[in-house]
Amino acid sequence: MIHPIPSGTRDVLPDETREVRAITDTLRGVFERHGYGEVYTPALEYESVLARADMAEARPAYRVFDESGAVLVLRSDMTVPIARVVASRYATTEPPLRFCYFAHCYRGVRPQRGQPRELLQAGIELIGSPAPQGTAEALGVLCHSLDATGLKDYRIGLGDASLFPALMASLGVPESSRQGLLEALVLRDFVGLEHTLAEAGIAAEAAELLLEIPQRRGGQDVLTDVPAAAAEAVTGLRRVHELLEPAVADRVIFDLGLVRNIGYYTGAVFDVYDPALGAPIGGGGRYDELLGRFGRTLPAVGFALGVDRLHIALAGEERGTGALLAAATAGDPQR
Amino acid sequence: MSATNGLTIAVPRGALFDGTVDLLSALGLDTGELRSNDRKLLFEDIGVITMRPSDVPTYVEAGAADLGVTGKDVLLEQGGWGSSHPGEGGREVYELLDLGYGRCTMVLASKAGPDPALEALRRLGVMRVATKYPRIAARHLEETGRQAEIVEVKGSVELAPLTGVVEAIVDLTATGTTLRENNLVIREEIVVCTARLIANPVAHKLKAGPIDDLLARLRALPAESRGRGAPEGG
Repeated sequence: MIHPIPSGTRDVLPDETREVRAITDTLRGVFERHGYGEVYTPALEYESVLARADMAEARPAYRVFDESGAVLVLRSDMTVPIARVVASRYATTEPPLRFCYFAHCYRGVRPQRGQPRELLQAGIELIGSPAPQGTAEALGVLCHSLDATGLKDYRIGLGDASLFPALMASLGVPESSRQGLLEALVLRDFVGLEHTLAEAGIAAEAAELLLEIPQRRGGQDVLTDVPAAAAEAVTGLRRVHELLEPAVADRVIFDLGLVRNIGYYTGAVFDVYDPALGAPIGGGGRYDELLGRFGRTLPAVGFALGVDRLHIALAGEERGTGALLAAATAGDPQR
Repeated sequence: MSATNGLTIAVPRGALFDGTVDLLSALGLDTGELRSNDRKLLFEDIGVITMRPSDVPTYVEAGAADLGVTGKDVLLEQGGWGSSHPGEGGREVYELLDLGYGRCTMVLASKAGPDPALEALRRLGVMRVATKYPRIAARHLEETGRQAEIVEVKGSVELAPLTGVVEAIVDLTATGTTLRENNLVIREEIVVCTARLIANPVAHKLKAGPIDDLLARLRALPAESRGRGAPEGG
């Protein structure tokens, strides 16, 4: 008899579990060595509590009622639950606080796309350590953990979530057009961005900048010659980069168009790319305002890795196959 | 380094094929075999893979190709709903450039004479709409505040209103000839669609140099070598 399970979920059998366990054990070792204590939180939370965070695209997708009629949701990430833990359980503890987690999170899916409904995330949160030191520490832990798993060719895309909004504000983009432009950039729909700029009647010179700056990505040269409005974000990125140890700094690709589709990010944001996979393995960033929404204002930074994606990338690198591997070295401008 | 900078490009067979191959020729790619052999799928020596247009986002999203060319209609149909339907995210591909050719319009059409869709809405409260683009059709009707029952068909959409299965269709048209020949009239223009250059998100970062260089060369091409016009018929 075959009994179905929901699409986007799966059973993990011993061969795979063994490999996944090896990855998570390695990550756990690195996280613990850097002083990040592991926490568990409930998969179910009150909707009213998680709603304090602005989750945008990643807001919880599954709701149930409990016996008293309260609405419970399945968590869609671990950053928001940990913000709740810090506000409730560490209300007076001296920062910085360091936590790591290995947890299943739940996302809505589109049918027939092979997207996971339940995904295992491994990550850290560093609470109470401001930019640039905190960001540099998180990036260091990120690279040390990936190195420890044996992943070789990964790169870190590093940008700043506040850069594009600051550009729009200083270039006189009317409030009413900003959301539409930001949405186009989140989708990296540069054609849509161009059309929306034209429709909004933005002056040609400003429109040019709003199109050109977010398409910049590469080495330190992309940080030069930026308009004044972007200077603060760019200086922040430089400071982070200066604090990185050389092996970590070498992994960084600056990406001035990087915006993540989760609303709570405030400053530096980053994604992890590997040529063996056509999609990011994970990512993170600064969320300096999220803790305040839960009642304990502290700057914070963190990242989450998709364990299954990391597993696929490791397997791809090992076999020498995978999405972009064939031409990756030839086409890589950084090598 | 080859004319495509060592990148792999997904090229759509069908209406956008000629325009895309012309574009690749203008970039200096040797497209002789691509033009002459319509059974071959993989042209590894020139970094081209061919497929139907609606498969291009799939291969580019998976990273099997760094770049691809497909119609805006395909991207809209496979894309997200935006902020009105959270969680309905689109394909994870970047849209880099409007290539301008393959210009078509997505339209709502119904039988000539008094609009049967209006009558259905008035008397029955819902209009039935046949389409190959159920998401675009549903989104347009929802955004314009009309209740509709979407009937997805794979073949000639024009048949559905003529046989009374539906009151209207949503379809792509270049010249309107097929619609006219079937006694259908355009009631609304929904969106104009052209060929778009799309990129894999990871390739966009890891191969930034080659991709930006290709983009610059594409933008620098004179308008007349930017591919041929719209497909015939439709």
